[in-house]
Amino acid sequence: MSKQITVPFGPQHPVLPEPLHLDLVLEDEKVVDVIPTIGYVHRGLEKLVEKREFTEYVFIAERICGICSFIHSQTYVQGIEQIMGLEVPERAQYLRTIWSEYSRLHSHLLWLGLFADSMGFESVFMNAWRLREHILDDLEATTGGRVIQGVCKVGGVRRDISPEKLDEMVRGLKGMEHELQDLSKVFLHDNSIQHRLRGIGVLSKEDAYQLGAVGPSARGSGVAIDIRETGYAAFGKINFKPVVEYEGDCYARCAVRVKEMFTSIDIIEQCAKKIPDGPVDMKVTGAPDGEYFSRAEQPRGEVIHYIKGNGKKNLVRHRVRTPTFTNIPPLVTLLKGCDLADVPVIVLTIDPCIGCAER
Amino acid sequence: MSFFQMTKTVLKNLFSRPATLMYPVKPAKKTDATRGHVKIDPTKCITCRICQRKCPTQAICVDVKEKTWEIDQMRCVVCAVCVDTCPTKSLTMDNQYRPAMTTRGGLEKFTVAGPKKKEPVVADAAKPAKE
Repeated sequence: MSKQITVPFGPQHPVLPEPLHLDLVLEDEKVVDVIPTIGYVHRGLEKLVEKREFTEYVFIAERICGICSFIHSQTYVQGIEQIMGLEVPERAQYLRTIWSEYSRLHSHLLWLGLFADSMGFESVFMNAWRLREHILDDLEATTGGRVIQGVCKVGGVRRDISPEKLDEMVRGLKGMEHELQDLSKVFLHDNSIQHRLRGIGVLSKEDAYQLGAVGPSARGSGVAIDIRETGYAAFGKINFKPVVEYEGDCYARCAVRVKEMFTSIDIIEQCAKKIPDGPVDMKVTGAPDGEYFSRAEQPRGEVIHYIKGNGKKNLVRHRVRTPTFTNIPPLVTLLKGCDLADVPVIVLTIDPCIGCAER
Repeated sequence: MSFFQMTKTVLKNLFSRPATLMYPVKPAKKTDATRGHVKIDPTKCITCRICQRKCPTQAICVDVKEKTWEIDQMRCVVCAVCVDTCPTKSLTMDNQYRPAMTTRGGLEKFTVAGPKKKEPVVADAAKPAKE
C-alpha cells in the first residue's frame, strides 16, 4: 500500500468562486477520502429574523445568495403567505414564475461559464457570460436590480411588467435560443469536453437518493425530483417536464443544466401567453402566527425555508436548508476514487454555492 | 469543415463591435427601473420616521428635534422600501449608481422642512454636510 498524503483544496482555489475547504486524502493520484469543511462565510442571517419585521426580512432573505436571490425571497414570501392564508393575485404568481425562471437561466449560464473555465475552456466562459448579460439586462429593466431583484413582497410583487415589455422579453429569448443552441452544442457534443466529463464522478441512482442529492445532481443520476412539479406559484398551470439524465456522471449533470435552460425559456413563453390581467399585490394586515415549511426549486435544487411566527411583527425562527448544503454528502461520495486532476471539475458539477450553504 | 467554421467565428468577432462596455469611458447601462441610489427632496420631508422604521439595514436616521434626515450610503442596500413607503414622496430613486468611495464615510445629512405647519427651511441647508 502506498503512503497516504493529505492535500488541502480551497478555501481559496482558482476554480472555486466561494470558500469551500476539502481535505483530500490521496494515495498516489487517487482520492481515497474527503473531509469537507464549511464555515468561512457564515453571516448569521437567520438570527436577524428576530430583529427585523417580517415584511422587511424579505430583503434579507433575498441576500442569502447572490445568484438564486429571487427564489430565496419567493420561497420566504410563500411561507409567510401560507401561514397568513393570503390568496396572492394570479398575475403576481405568474410574474414570480417568470422571474424565477429568468434567475434559473442566468444561474445556469453563469455555471456553464465557470464550468468551462474550470476545464480551461475560456472562450466558452466568455460566451456563456455574454449571453447571461442579456438575461441580466431584462431582469434589470423589469425589476430594477441585476442580481438582487428585490421585487418580491408579502402579498404579491412590487412591480408589474407591461405586455409590450413581456413581448419584447419573449422575442429576445427566442432570438437568444439559437445562440444557446450553439453553446449547448459545445457542452453536449464537443469531443474534448466529453473526454473530460464522461464516466467521471459517477453517482448511482441509489446513492443520489440515499444521500439526499437535490436538483441537477439528483436528476443527473435519474432521480426525477423537481419541486416545480408541486405547482407552487404558477407552475401548476404550466406544461413542463423535468429534465432527467441517467448516467450519473459529470456529463449527465452538465447536460441536465444545459437542457433546463430550454425548459426555462419554454416556461417563460407559456407564462407570457397565459398571464392574466389584474392587480399584482394585495394589502397585508396582521402578522404570521404559526409555522410552515416552504419549498421551491432553485437552479441548484430544492430549497426549504422553515418559518415560525407567534403573531408579532418579528418572526421567532427562520431556518433555511439550501441545496448546496444537502449536496455536500453526495459530493464526498463522488470524489472518492477519482483522480486529483478531476477534483475541480467534479466539485463544480454540484454547482457549489457556499454563501447559500452557510447563510 | 470545422476549420471553416472557426474562420467564420474569427471573422465575425474581428469585425463586430466588442461585447463588453467600455466603462467608465462610456456610462454604465441603466434603465428607468434601475435602483441607483436614494435621493431626498428636503422641502417635502415631514420627519415622520417611517423610512427609518422600514429600512432593513437601518441606514436612515431621522432626528425630529433637529429636523435632519441622515442616510449612510454605505449601509444602504438600495431596496427602495423607503421610497415606496414615503407618505409625501420626498424620497425618490435615482437610476445612477453612486461612484466608488475613496474615503471612509458615506454619511449624508440633510436639514429638512419638518412637519407642515411650521415654516419651510431655506434651500441652502439642502446641501449635504460631510461628516
